[in-house]
Amino acid sequence: MVTQTEAPAPTAALAPTSARRPSGTGRHLGRLLILVAILAVVLYPLFWMIGTSVKSPEEIVNNIGLLPREFTPGNYSDGWSNFDVSFGRFFLNSAMVSLLTVLGNALSCLLAAYAFARLRFRLRGFWFAIMIGTLLLPGHVLIVPQYILFRTFDMVGGPWPYLPLVVPQFLATEAFFVFLMVQFIRGIPRELDEAAKIDGASPFGIFRYVILPLSRPALVTTAIFSFIWTWNDFFRQLVYLSDLEDYTVPVALTLFIDSTSQSAVGPMFAMSVLSLLPVFLFFVAFQRMLVEGLNTSGLKG
Amino acid sequence: MALTTAPSSTPRATGPVRTPADQRGSGRIWQREGLAGYVFLSPWLIGLLAITAVPMLLSLYLSFTNYDILTPWSEIEWVGLANYERMFTSDASYWHAVQVTLSFALIAVPLKLAAALGVALLLNRAWRGVGLFRGLFYLPSLLGGSVALAIVWVSMFNRDGAFNSFLGLFGIEGKPWVNDPDWALETLMVLAIWQFGAPMVIFLAGLKQVPTELYEAASVDGAGKVRQFLSVTLPMLSPVIFFNLVLETINGFQGFTSAFVLSNGTGGPVDSTLMYTLNLYIKGFVDLEMGYASAMAWVFLLAIAVITVVLFSTGRFWVHYSDGEDR
Repeated sequence: MVTQTEAPAPTAALAPTSARRPSGTGRHLGRLLILVAILAVVLYPLFWMIGTSVKSPEEIVNNIGLLPREFTPGNYSDGWSNFDVSFGRFFLNSAMVSLLTVLGNALSCLLAAYAFARLRFRLRGFWFAIMIGTLLLPGHVLIVPQYILFRTFDMVGGPWPYLPLVVPQFLATEAFFVFLMVQFIRGIPRELDEAAKIDGASPFGIFRYVILPLSRPALVTTAIFSFIWTWNDFFRQLVYLSDLEDYTVPVALTLFIDSTSQSAVGPMFAMSVLSLLPVFLFFVAFQRMLVEGLNTSGLKG
Repeated sequence: MALTTAPSSTPRATGPVRTPADQRGSGRIWQREGLAGYVFLSPWLIGLLAITAVPMLLSLYLSFTNYDILTPWSEIEWVGLANYERMFTSDASYWHAVQVTLSFALIAVPLKLAAALGVALLLNRAWRGVGLFRGLFYLPSLLGGSVALAIVWVSMFNRDGAFNSFLGLFGIEGKPWVNDPDWALETLMVLAIWQFGAPMVIFLAGLKQVPTELYEAASVDGAGKVRQFLSVTLPMLSPVIFFNLVLETINGFQGFTSAFVLSNGTGGPVDSTLMYTLNLYIKGFVDLEMGYASAMAWVFLLAIAVITVVLFSTGRFWVHYSDGEDR
């Protein structure tokens, strides 16, 4: 998750554009044609993946077309039970890790962000600088010692093997989200704090009754990106999970590569399609709130 | 804010009544704002200490040892600079990995940014359906570094993958791209470039900030489209280009998933996809040379820091901020 700073962007993707002077219809058509051509190339691999997931083994080799001549939905059931453990289990594992990560990040990052954005305390500037510093720290640098630490405390492959994946998320280690929320809280009018303070609210009361309810857009943004990043994360899950039963979807997918048989290609594609589905649906469902969250957090570029 | 700076030595009960807030009894609570700050900060502080700071110190220490997870702590052997010496002088695969990573970042990142800017320029108009186009171009980035996309990519560039079938239509005989040491890394570059959606969206946001008057003024002065692009768009966009460049370069150096999937975790064929982070993983978690891997991690951290500093220091020559502070 730490390694992937790709996603925080879709603001403008969905926001309306400022209108420029209208150009000629011909020019517009030309541009449209170029765009459609590029889009065809961009989307081809995705459609090819979906198409291949319903092709028979012979067709995968000799049918270059996107659509199968013979519709083979059996790849999905074959893939689902291709290993000793069903893919349903892998999906449950992934869902659990992702949802706990979402919860942990939303909670712990908002607490820290409130402190940084609103409260005065000794060394605040110093800690804030450190937080910004950790924003740039590549996850790969810490993986070896973190692994050793978690192993020392018997958390790797222990009774609940997901602790090393989940515990850091409850400790606000994802500095990107802390930063995002600090920016967001700074946009909430201070007058609201002052009014609550005059009404006798403590710092905890202000957090509970002013900041928390008003931070919903930032929390949703955090939830979406933590979900997508964790769901797609491979590196940390590969390092920490060693028992087949504990595997998450990305780690389980690599099992297909080990099995060299040609007949596993169809099922492999079927499971790949399924693995991308939650991310896609999550994004479609929440994109409107996402735009709101990023716009108001000052990340608009 | 006056309330928060009230001297904490003034007990509320006996002190003079000065503000409504004091009357309502919140003054005392707010005198402890510093304490509240640390309470709210505590999860982050614990995380910083336990998940970041201690591991960093630990890895620094381990980088001077031959630690291999199996030896008990008491028997760890201090080897001084041996790990670093091995890395820089006798480990050929290390330098190979550095080379692979550098060429990946130097080629894929500029091409990715160029694709992102090009498509952003085409999409920077308001017309019906433009939002859908933007969403669809963003889709590959959204699905990001997932294993599924890497699997699809490898299959597409296999000997009998879709790409060779496509070449076959033109009578060109393809090759097993992913198994060819000369081409395996290139297929990963194409994968990275294909995911140009994230920087594209940031470019679009930047393009919206360029004032239309500048284009009007330029065209009154007789500037053509190309000239307008070079003299208006690029300079106005330079802060955004810079932002994307820093972000994507750092990302590029950390490529792991696709290289792992393509080579089934080996960095092959013939080490051609041995990205730095993959090499680190193999040394630390396959060969269990965790001391050596720690040394590699520290060099990686320093390299990223140096590259970031270099990028920022060259930035001052070509990044222009519209408020006139070209620094």
